[in-house]
Amino acid sequence: MGSAPSLPAWEIRNLAHTTGFTSEQIEILHRRFLHLTDGKATMSKDCFDNIPDLESNPIKSRIVNAFFDQRNLGLQSYGTVDEITFENFLTTLSFFQHMDENHTKEDLEYYKTEKLQFLFRMYDTNGDGKITLEELREIIDDLLSKTSNTEKTSSSIADAAMMEAANTCGGQMEPDQQYDGITFNDFLQIMQDIKIESKMHVRFLNMDTSAICK
Amino acid sequence: MAGDRRRCGGGCSLWSLVLLLALAALLGCSAEGTGEPSRVTGETPAGPNSKSSRYQIVTVDWQHVEDPYTIASWVLVAGLAKIVFHLSEKVTTVVPESALLIVLGLILGGIVWAADHTASFTLTPTVFFFYLLPPIVLDAGYFMPNRHFFGNLGTILMYAVIGTIWNAATTGLSLYGVSKTKIMGNLDAGLLEFLLFGSLIAAVDPVAVLAVFEEVHVNEMLFIIVFGESLLNDAVTVVLYNVFKSFVEVGPENVEGLDYFKGIVSFFVVSLGGTAVGIIFAFILSLITRFTKHVRVIEPGFVFIISYLSYLTAEMLSLSAILAITFCGICCQKYVKANLCEQSITTVRYAMKMLASGAETIIFMFLGISAVNTEIWTWNTAFILLTLVFISFYRVIGVVLQTWILNHYRVVQLEIIDQVVMSYGGLRGAVAFALVVLLDPKMPVKKLFVSTTIIVVYFTVIIQGLTIKPLVNWLKVKRSQHKEPLLNEKLHGRAFDHILSAIEDISGQIGHNYLRDKWTNFDRKYLSKIMMRKSAQISRDKILSVFRELNLKDAISYVSEGERKGSLAFIRSSSDVNVDFTGPRHSVVDSSVSAVLRESTSEVCLDMQAIENRTKSPKDREEIVTHHMLQQHLYKPRKRYRLNYSRHKLVRSDGEKQDKEIFQRTMKKRLEHFKPTKLGNNYTTKFRNMKKERAAKKKHSDAVPNGKLSTHSVAFQVKDSEAEDPSDGGISFLITPASNESDEIRAGIENPSFSVEEDQSDFQMIPPWMSNEETVIPSQRARLQIPGSPTNFRRLTPLQLSSRSIDSFLLADIPDEHPLSFLPESSM
Repeated sequence: MGSAPSLPAWEIRNLAHTTGFTSEQIEILHRRFLHLTDGKATMSKDCFDNIPDLESNPIKSRIVNAFFDQRNLGLQSYGTVDEITFENFLTTLSFFQHMDENHTKEDLEYYKTEKLQFLFRMYDTNGDGKITLEELREIIDDLLSKTSNTEKTSSSIADAAMMEAANTCGGQMEPDQQYDGITFNDFLQIMQDIKIESKMHVRFLNMDTSAICK
Repeated sequence: MAGDRRRCGGGCSLWSLVLLLALAALLGCSAEGTGEPSRVTGETPAGPNSKSSRYQIVTVDWQHVEDPYTIASWVLVAGLAKIVFHLSEKVTTVVPESALLIVLGLILGGIVWAADHTASFTLTPTVFFFYLLPPIVLDAGYFMPNRHFFGNLGTILMYAVIGTIWNAATTGLSLYGVSKTKIMGNLDAGLLEFLLFGSLIAAVDPVAVLAVFEEVHVNEMLFIIVFGESLLNDAVTVVLYNVFKSFVEVGPENVEGLDYFKGIVSFFVVSLGGTAVGIIFAFILSLITRFTKHVRVIEPGFVFIISYLSYLTAEMLSLSAILAITFCGICCQKYVKANLCEQSITTVRYAMKMLASGAETIIFMFLGISAVNTEIWTWNTAFILLTLVFISFYRVIGVVLQTWILNHYRVVQLEIIDQVVMSYGGLRGAVAFALVVLLDPKMPVKKLFVSTTIIVVYFTVIIQGLTIKPLVNWLKVKRSQHKEPLLNEKLHGRAFDHILSAIEDISGQIGHNYLRDKWTNFDRKYLSKIMMRKSAQISRDKILSVFRELNLKDAISYVSEGERKGSLAFIRSSSDVNVDFTGPRHSVVDSSVSAVLRESTSEVCLDMQAIENRTKSPKDREEIVTHHMLQQHLYKPRKRYRLNYSRHKLVRSDGEKQDKEIFQRTMKKRLEHFKPTKLGNNYTTKFRNMKKERAAKKKHSDAVPNGKLSTHSVAFQVKDSEAEDPSDGGISFLITPASNESDEIRAGIENPSFSVEEDQSDFQMIPPWMSNEETVIPSQRARLQIPGSPTNFRRLTPLQLSSRSIDSFLLADIPDEHPLSFLPESSM
């Protein structure tokens, strides 16, 4: 890890501009990145296996996938990439930045939507723009502690959640319309009460704590 | 008997006379009513002269019962006062109850004073600290919204520790400085005395804060910061108070440098020690409740006794007792709520609210009464005014300074408005009063301190209490909204937690999420295993419980809606297709049962009066009727059938069974509603197919008698009862449903072409012009929407209909030719 080259200054500046991180944060994150990749310039999914704390996370695979999701990396197409660069890594992390007050209202609104987009994609695994019942069920399966036969439970919870969503958003449903999934607009509606900007937020310290973190 | 009491009452002071008159009148009435007056009134007059040494049937021994009688009477008076206050809604919305109680106390104190010129009833520190304070603090801890609390712990600690020290020091020093100028006359007090006074007057009082803030309903974050501060500053107050008190006692010239050092050390010992005691007792409590399965009746007692012991233990070790009991409540709540059965949880909740509310009432009333005592008063305008000015001023300065520092680290910034409310919410209360009364009576300025404290308490509670509500309105402080928990929100909230901690893991940061995640894991791996019942470990998941609660609530309000309207009203209203039953949660009926249910999850409900407020609702009468109807109509058939088949051995209690049943039913309903309507034209054909399917299914069971058939349907109960802990809520049922049931449910939702045969939403969603003549006529449609219709009883129908329900409601509304009833098949 120690032998890894640090980023050239101009690149840091560039990255700071595009992702909004400070240069200290970028350096720290870069060190972390290299630590995870064992010094390579690109990262594959295996790299995430090196994080012991992540193992206990029930939705680990989703989160890891989000890093490799093309939609999150600014590419509009659906699909995953095999390896990501540091820039990609930063882009994904930048979804979790704190938005401070000195942004304009439109900006804040934009970031908020971005954050929700990220979340939405995490649920919408097949990329059809809708969270279907099946997808919802999967995520609930993941979220529930796998103690007993949760399959039935999760499926009925998914049903209920879907119905709730339909109730919240489907006020103007056509007579024989079928509510077959939560679209992004519906998702926005569901999440409008949650203060996403203060919730979906990780404090990126200017301090290197990765040593403690293993 | 009644007459005797009256005679005795005449000898006592005026208040007891008044009270006893009322009691005597009551007793007199009941005695005459029962036809026993001859024994009581006939023999007593003869008693005193001749049979003094012999056995007496009736004697009056006031001395014997004096103390408990007095206490009980005071409690009664306080309770009655509350009733009187709430007779007028206007008064209580404008004036906080605490202020009213203080005024009432003053009046009562005045009456007592006028009657016999003694002030025998004062708020003694012993009573306050041993009996009145613990329930309030325990209530606060037990209902503490943990997530908010720990999320803001840094801020709270800052205000509680630094803020309190700042207040104490600045107030004490400023008063000392001013006293040098002789403005306040010649006070026989040095720096230490002023610091002592500063330390006891500095602390924000949990009782006062709770009493005032719960009526204001500011947002949770603001509330938790002010309230958390008032709880946690106890350790600082205790230490400062004790240190300065001992310094004053030994005299300033004997204080050594080492003593200051000891003071600092003792702060950590007192605060951390108190917390540790609380946590240890919480552990014990959780562990005990794990094994109370067979002694359900005394279960709630443990919660109170052990928490109280934690308080006493901390007090014994001269640690911070408030911290101990607070943390006992905070730490045990999760495990206790998981281990106790539902009834016990309700009992604990109500008993705790009752005790806390009662204690609070008594405290404020006695704060009023205690002031009527000439012995404690010395008036010093300058000192009192300056104290008021200083505590308000330094509070503001302290809050602003600390907030400025904190805002560098906080995600959610504390705005100016928040700071105003925080400064203004710095109420002083009974803790300060009790501490000042505890001062050494030989201290020359004690009287002055006592009177000043009383004035400060009155000022903050009455003046600030009165004005904080308009202030909050005027500033448009964000209020807390009582929101229904939504399943989606819970789900996404959970997902957030995981995502955030994962991101922190990946990016190598240690933050809140990291710590919380580690704690959750530790809790799941070790603590919960030790302290929770096995069954509770499964069902304790928040998502599951919200799901379950929503279902229950839906079911109850849905059913009550239907029942309330009655079949006729139903028919009429359902001709209007837009009647929406799909979202019963949005319907006007908010049944009180569901309100109770909601309360069990609303983590942020610290509100003592929450329960009362709910009952104020004008819909309440309706709801009572509703519930009456509900019991009358819905559950009887089930009971009957249980008796018939002697299933009651397996059945625990009606409430739970009914809950389960409702739960099951709603789940079904939810599933069915979820299916969109695609019926339109092919409705009848589809339905017939269903009918056939069903008939085929039943064929094999046709051969066996009805009873056999029923075991089929109750299979899940049997199964459930065999689970480890039979009285753990209905969720376990959900996990282990009888196979045939679950198959049906799953089929209903998974197969997109599967048409749900009895979906009510079908009817709502088909506008009249769309439905062809084959769909049911309006009145039948109406019947379908009645909760008692077979729709909801699909599973139960064979039993209920064949057991010849006397329930006219059900029978009347299920016509024989009803297409959905499979009565014909099952009774063939």
